[in-house]
Amino acid sequence: MAEVVLKNIGKTYTNGYQAIKGLNLDIKDKEFVVFVGPSGSGKSTALRMIAGLETISEGEMYIGDTLVNNIPPKDRDIAMVFQSYALYPHMSVRDNIAFSLKLKGVPKAERYKRVAEVAEPLELTEVLDRKPSALSGGQRQRVALGRAMVRNPKVFLLDEPLSNLDAKLRVSMRSTIAELHRQLETTFIYVTHDQTEAMTMGDRIVVLDYGDVMQFDTPGNLYANPENKFVAEFIGSPQMNILNGKLIQTEDGPALEFPREVFVLSDDIASRLRVEAKGQLVYVGIRPEDLYYAEKKDDKNVITAYTKNVEQVGADTFVYFDFLSADRECTARFNPARYVDVRQDIFIRFDMSKIHIFDKETEVSLLDPFDFYLEGTPGKSSIV
Amino acid sequence: MEKSDIKIIEEEKSFKQKLQPWGYLLPTIVILTIFMFIPFFQTIIRSLFFTDNFGKMQNFIGFGNYIELLTSSSFWNSVWVSFRFVLIVVLVGVVLGFVSALLTQKAFPGLAFFSTSYATPMAIASVGMALIFQVMLNPSVGIINKILGAHGNMLADPGKALIIVAILTAWLNSGMNYLYFSSGLASISDSQYEAASIDGANGFQQFMYITVPALRPTTFFVIVTNIINAFQSFGQINILTKGGPGEATNVIVFDIYREAFMNYRYGFASAESVILFLIILALTILMFYIRSKGGKVQ
Repeated sequence: MAEVVLKNIGKTYTNGYQAIKGLNLDIKDKEFVVFVGPSGSGKSTALRMIAGLETISEGEMYIGDTLVNNIPPKDRDIAMVFQSYALYPHMSVRDNIAFSLKLKGVPKAERYKRVAEVAEPLELTEVLDRKPSALSGGQRQRVALGRAMVRNPKVFLLDEPLSNLDAKLRVSMRSTIAELHRQLETTFIYVTHDQTEAMTMGDRIVVLDYGDVMQFDTPGNLYANPENKFVAEFIGSPQMNILNGKLIQTEDGPALEFPREVFVLSDDIASRLRVEAKGQLVYVGIRPEDLYYAEKKDDKNVITAYTKNVEQVGADTFVYFDFLSADRECTARFNPARYVDVRQDIFIRFDMSKIHIFDKETEVSLLDPFDFYLEGTPGKSSIV
Repeated sequence: MEKSDIKIIEEEKSFKQKLQPWGYLLPTIVILTIFMFIPFFQTIIRSLFFTDNFGKMQNFIGFGNYIELLTSSSFWNSVWVSFRFVLIVVLVGVVLGFVSALLTQKAFPGLAFFSTSYATPMAIASVGMALIFQVMLNPSVGIINKILGAHGNMLADPGKALIIVAILTAWLNSGMNYLYFSSGLASISDSQYEAASIDGANGFQQFMYITVPALRPTTFFVIVTNIINAFQSFGQINILTKGGPGEATNVIVFDIYREAFMNYRYGFASAESVILFLIILALTILMFYIRSKGGKVQ
């Protein structure tokens, strides 16, 4: 039993800065939950509060059935992997991993036996006698993982553990950690600012911004059913295109009006619309992968775009263009890749069954969520 | 690997280019030669001569000065006094610097005030402080006697004089020690303490397993420099005790001064200087040897 429950958890520093506002999370036993958000979103603070390294200003926190608000880190039965690894520089790898056992008074022989068991799957057996300074970044990271594993904790906390590694190593360590989670069958809480890491590893993801939970959901739902504009833009790479539009009623049903075009909503989107279309201003979101190359303008839902830049990246072609009602440059991702000339007018078709609509004021989604895991979405493969 | 066919052709340097680096070194070489190397070798040479009252070398007497020195009970007293002095200075100075650095490791209101206070001894001239101590230790009006309710002259007490002078020196050194230890402590990442606290270490265990090992290189450096400095302390002894009472505070450096500038025995004083140099050299080599035995840190 190692559920982690946060009830109205808040963190206010002595200077009045509120890092976390009323956090409510119910993390299940054996779940892999990822906290993701931009810098200053409070994700690391939240993790450190679970670890007991930061005091809790308000609310209640439970690990298992125990209220842990005032329990020191060592008695919370958690293990933490730090961004900087935080290895003890003067101890050998073996002693680094065995340190917690030593403090518990486990006899030396038993200690080293446990270290050997942990070192084996992490491929550290060869380097057990070395000092951390003689290890590569990836090895240090694995020592940090080993140090956490050897304690058999109820909860694993990982604070941006991959951010100091190079891109290639990061990808392979991602699988190592995911595999570790499957083997250990323990609750994992993982902090990252990298949405790709979050999407690939998490069972569920907490998207944070300025200390507030923007959405706590599965990767699929975050991608397919973002509850607000922040999540919509944060999840997915390249970012979702956000256009300014007007939700109007036409003879053919509700439609989106842009300065030069009017696109009628697909039946599916129209049926999920939470509000009546009466000319209100909205943000319209469409992912780059939901824009398609069109041969001619007279197709439905097609715009003319002047290509500012084109990137051929093998499997995909990224096209950057300006759209009159967008505040920033738009991106289209053509898959399969196709040849597109730069500085040229091309036609781009909107997949109107994949658009997202957000209220202009509150930035909250105006669409009811659909069951992503029942209906699926062709866009899923392109998020990693 | 196959033998490479690439030949590195040494770049031809013009005469001016060859001269340039020496030009940069010249000012330092000149200054060191005049103020360090010449006096150093001069001292060694003079130690082998009998000198007149003006310091002129009269007769070559070989190791005569050394033999006299090593058979003199006064010299061995000076060695014994010096070692006791150094031991107290290093122990008290290092502990003071270390503890004050630990006290200011964590941020708290008033940190700047305390940091400045702990570092201040570094900025005070030893002679100036010795004069203030003299007033404080004055048998009739000094604050120390007032506080202790004592009436005696501590500086005239052979048992206490050395301890008092050593503590003053230790306190003067503690400012610099504080700075070294503070920078050593600042270089320990907070995350190591956090990791240790999660691993189950209490405050004392964190101190023993993280702070102490991390400060080992700093401590070594501080002890070596403190030993060297302590052996060379002069100003405060000259002001407070002038080597007395009797020979209770007659450390080697003061004895050298006394032999040279009071007894005008320059050759004898030179021999004593050379011995002091050898003692410090031997101690420093010993320290480095102990450290290399203890295993390299980091």
